[in-house]
Amino acid sequence: MSETTVIDACNTFCPGPLMELIGFMKRADVGDELELLSTDQGSATDVPAWIAKVGHEMISSEKVGDIWHLKVRKMK
Amino acid sequence: MRILVVGGGMGGTIVANNVARRMSKEIRQGKVELTMLSATDQHWYQPGLLYVAFGKMALNDICRDQSTLLEPGIKFFVDPVEEFELNENRVRTKSGVVHDFDLLVIATGCEAIYDEVPGLEKASETPYTKHGAVKMFKRLREFEGGKVAIVVGVPHKCPIAPIEITFMLHEFFEKRGIRDKVQLQYTYPIARIHNIENIAKWAVPEFERMQIDYETFFNIKEVDIDNKVVHSEEGTEKEYDLLVAVPPHRGMPVIEENGMGDDGWIPTDRYKLTMDGHDNVFVLGDTTNLPISKTGSTAHFESEVIGENIASIFRTGSATREYDGKVYCFIEADQDRATNACFNYIDPPEIKAPTKSMHMLKMSYNQWYWSSARGLL
Repeated sequence: MSETTVIDACNTFCPGPLMELIGFMKRADVGDELELLSTDQGSATDVPAWIAKVGHEMISSEKVGDIWHLKVRKMK
Repeated sequence: MRILVVGGGMGGTIVANNVARRMSKEIRQGKVELTMLSATDQHWYQPGLLYVAFGKMALNDICRDQSTLLEPGIKFFVDPVEEFELNENRVRTKSGVVHDFDLLVIATGCEAIYDEVPGLEKASETPYTKHGAVKMFKRLREFEGGKVAIVVGVPHKCPIAPIEITFMLHEFFEKRGIRDKVQLQYTYPIARIHNIENIAKWAVPEFERMQIDYETFFNIKEVDIDNKVVHSEEGTEKEYDLLVAVPPHRGMPVIEENGMGDDGWIPTDRYKLTMDGHDNVFVLGDTTNLPISKTGSTAHFESEVIGENIASIFRTGSATREYDGKVYCFIEADQDRATNACFNYIDPPEIKAPTKSMHMLKMSYNQWYWSSARGLL
């Protein structure tokens, strides 16, 4: 992957936005950007917490309307 | 009209039977041809593997000849597809036969994979495969105590299984009289112990009551078999004497080999259940890339929508129904009680206290499944 990959996880409960992001992160290359779209309020805290714990980069976190846009970069 | 169903698991079988019933007259008249291609002549009730792993069912209880489950009028061939030529509306099988279609249903499913996690296959027990379930029961019977670690790969099918497995391990060791010698250690990839918030809220006090330890944000990186330690992507580790794994899954290789979806997941419209860019190709069950549960019930509810739409397309020229994201899961709370979760794209599940009657309903469903696959339930 070379450009930003958008992961639309809006309006789903299972497996949920963070689990979707983890799945995409596994097959991304180091340096790739991923943008997670989520309507789950919990994503605003869960995603940055996981990104920090694993050692990836949190690029931005923004709520547009009802949708959280969470941009991250794979670092390892 | 030529309707081709690729895949003979739960989703493909229910779609084929649904269409065969709805369009029996047209099939008899030769106006509709309905064909199923599968990789095997057997049909496995995959949720039954969990019960095999705990000695409550045998493998022969959860397997039937596929041909016995199909409605008359369905042409069934054990001849898996190797090439999808979607722009030409045809597929080519392993034996070299070409099947043309007007409408295609892809239900090839997914499989457990171990190549992403070094050491996991050799070190762990799992109820996710036939061989694994039988081996796991043997190991559980021989286990005399120690640390039991439960690890969860991403993505995986049957998202409720990690919690069910853990509850059933507790009950199994309690009934064997060695629970006080067993330290159960559950791990989970995200910030809570299950991805559905209401299930996590319900399960935490259950874990505490059963004295089950848990660690969140634990994504399996590798297993050090010599030292019996699982390392996580997050930098933590978990010692074990018995390792139970929910392995990561991937769509079937034929999908990626044909350039139809990364990791074997086909990009699919979440409401129409059609493949992106191909309005005459339906996709369902574990095969889709949709961010919803990979479970039998998802495939079941999707199948009903697709079956109705296929008949509608033939008769009126257009589809009439959309999939609302409905999923229904039984949740085994131990070996005698169960609860359930029902949700869709809009409404989250509400979890009720487990009951024996819900467990009995689940046990009954394990027998009714064959009627479900036939499209009768």
